[in-house]
Amino acid sequence: MGNGAIALGALSAGVGLIAGYPGTPSSEIIETAAKWNDGSVHIEWSVNEKAALEVAAAASYSGMRSLVTMKQVGLNVASDPLMSLAYVGVEGGLVVVSADDPGPISSQTEQDTRRFAEFARIPVFDPATPEEAFQMIQDAFAVSEKYHTPVLFRPTTRVCHGYAAVEIPEQFSPKPAPGFKKDTARWVIFPRSSYLNHVRIETRNPELGREFSDYRYNTVEGAQNAEKAILTGGVSYAYLKEVIKGTDVKLIRVGTPFPMPENFLLKALAGVKELLCVEELSPYLEESVQKLAGIHHLPLTIRGKRTGDVPHAGENSADSLRPIVAAFVGSNFDGGKAPDLSDAPALPVRPPVLCAGCPHRASFYAVKVAMKGKKANFCGDIGCYTLGNAMPLDMVDTCLCMGAGVTMAQGLHWANPDSVNFAFIGDSTFFASGMTGVVNALYNNAKMVLVLLDNSTTAMTGHQPNPGTGKTMMGDIVAKIDPVKILEGMGVSKIRVVNPLDLKAAVEAVRDCAETDGVTAVIFRSPCIAGVKPGKPAEIAENCIQCKKCIREIGCPGLVIRDGKVAVDESLCNGCGLCAQVCPTGAIRV
Amino acid sequence: MNKDILLCGVGGQGIVLVSKLLAASAMAAGETVHSAETIGMAQRGGSVTSHVRIGGSYSPLIPSGCASLMLAFEPGEAVRNLPLLRKDGTVIVSNTAVMPVTASLSGGSYQAEPMLEFLTKRVKKVITADPGELCAELGSVRYFNVVMLGIALAAGATGLPEEIVRESVKMRVPEKFREINAKALTIGEEYYKSIAAK
Repeated sequence: MGNGAIALGALSAGVGLIAGYPGTPSSEIIETAAKWNDGSVHIEWSVNEKAALEVAAAASYSGMRSLVTMKQVGLNVASDPLMSLAYVGVEGGLVVVSADDPGPISSQTEQDTRRFAEFARIPVFDPATPEEAFQMIQDAFAVSEKYHTPVLFRPTTRVCHGYAAVEIPEQFSPKPAPGFKKDTARWVIFPRSSYLNHVRIETRNPELGREFSDYRYNTVEGAQNAEKAILTGGVSYAYLKEVIKGTDVKLIRVGTPFPMPENFLLKALAGVKELLCVEELSPYLEESVQKLAGIHHLPLTIRGKRTGDVPHAGENSADSLRPIVAAFVGSNFDGGKAPDLSDAPALPVRPPVLCAGCPHRASFYAVKVAMKGKKANFCGDIGCYTLGNAMPLDMVDTCLCMGAGVTMAQGLHWANPDSVNFAFIGDSTFFASGMTGVVNALYNNAKMVLVLLDNSTTAMTGHQPNPGTGKTMMGDIVAKIDPVKILEGMGVSKIRVVNPLDLKAAVEAVRDCAETDGVTAVIFRSPCIAGVKPGKPAEIAENCIQCKKCIREIGCPGLVIRDGKVAVDESLCNGCGLCAQVCPTGAIRV
Repeated sequence: MNKDILLCGVGGQGIVLVSKLLAASAMAAGETVHSAETIGMAQRGGSVTSHVRIGGSYSPLIPSGCASLMLAFEPGEAVRNLPLLRKDGTVIVSNTAVMPVTASLSGGSYQAEPMLEFLTKRVKKVITADPGELCAELGSVRYFNVVMLGIALAAGATGLPEEIVRESVKMRVPEKFREINAKALTIGEEYYKSIAAK
């Protein structure tokens, strides 16, 4: 897997510390590294991305090569230390992997990490394949160390989740770290030193751009004297390789988008009259080449997202690029044609839903029942439980970013004081960025109900351990950090811990908290269904009156209609028993 | 060798494991592999696909009309992904519909039969498999993914040698599930042989 290649590349580069926070499509980097670790590398799931980068920064100050991993929206969380670290610089190589997600397939935004590199004025590498990712991450460490700068590394989903074979060394060993040498002029950020560092960075970047001009992953293919060229980067390069077969277009690929390898580009663009820029996410290369063309008065027509030739949003593919390339230079791409399927039977709509037996379904349902007929708002957050928005639960009114639900419930309270305002948050998200929001509510006297969906894992991204799990990434058993004690310590006036699959008790606990003033909390505690042995499936007895209340109320995929009758899909049902508690005639048995 | 294999179905059917097994086996056979999987939020009960491209390709996504084999774990999903199948491609498909919550909510229930009929009409080689029947001996339909792999293997649709795939299954599944998955693979292979003999 591409993420595996990144992990093995970092281990090959002698990394001594790896820290990160889970997020699709980046999560498997740390998991792979942990699997290959002989104990000589410190590997951790940090509490959030900011923490991960700060842990790594200090290790790097001590001369240790360090890797930080996250998804693109995680880089927003880590941006505070990153911007300052760009000024202060590093000692041991420090690479920040921020995985972008064109589509987006499993993300809130289609933001572009290359822009972040330009914004922070630090170098970025952009691999097109898992093979390249393995080599490039090693180059990234070398550049980081040579120029004493943090380096960004930007794979995208299709690179992260792609596969390739790579040759790895027989043994990994961390590069020796000399240890932290005190030097306040260097390691303590101050306005005066930042001025000097700013000058240094802007002197260094053109130098780096010159070095990148000779870099092996900045490549030109096709006819050297072609008047038409395509400029690309990342996985789009791989699609284009297939699509341009048989044409004489020149293909220019940039593997180091910042600092721009200007000399390389000027040479590659010599004689080119028309340039098509093909890239995912933002028109970064397109705008960079516009600047370059302006500065050097290049007689060049530049096409791309700005001219409407390439879509702004969504991911590219050979299919999506074929007509675009054909319109530009004609394409002999011999990929087959899609058959006409207009006579196919109607296909079912299949949006993602909470798993059968997921305790979150029970939690949402309990709050829904408790608040029936009352004015209430429900703030959601980032995790599997964002899926609580689906019908028939319809229990997520807002979802913005990690931890936002807790603070947004307070904003809703100030603007809608006659409503009860709930914040749903999972345990990992609570540790990552929910706790400060609770302090904010207590300090500012807001009224809100915190609903902590505690399944003791980070389910959405593949069950990574978190501070509440009692286990670290390397499998060490540690003391569980109990959210109840945290909330008690903060001064939350009422905390109710309840099993959401006990519907009656759950509804009562929600009502109790909703009716109590100040900040209250319901802790719904039940393990993720994907991590426990499934129970016996439910059975529907003869006295079922086919009212279908179970299906209408909870929308569990384990309940289906077969031959017009309510039935249990035994391959999905875990016997959680929620439907049995909803059934008005007691016809569902578990 | 140049094989584009598309796996499709519903999140939770074990499709990612089969695509990993195919990719690992192809690499063990000395082939280059490019592959893409649905991971994360999209996989929870939604439509999922995995693309496995063995040999000759550069990119991870199978273009329209290029897949030589489709392993469909759900009949409706097979129809949905038919545009990717090559004219002479093979479809191995589960005969059992997975009902989406949206269908149950609207009081409807969509049927597998029209989907299977459409597939048979449009595709030359369709092999249907019944998860309940084939997994009866295994005690759970959770192993149907490896049964499907066994069918593909025996049909010669993966282009991969049997012993390499068998070894990948052994290497890639947790020790306590090794034996049952090896058995699932055999059941798939024997199922193909039994229908091929007819």
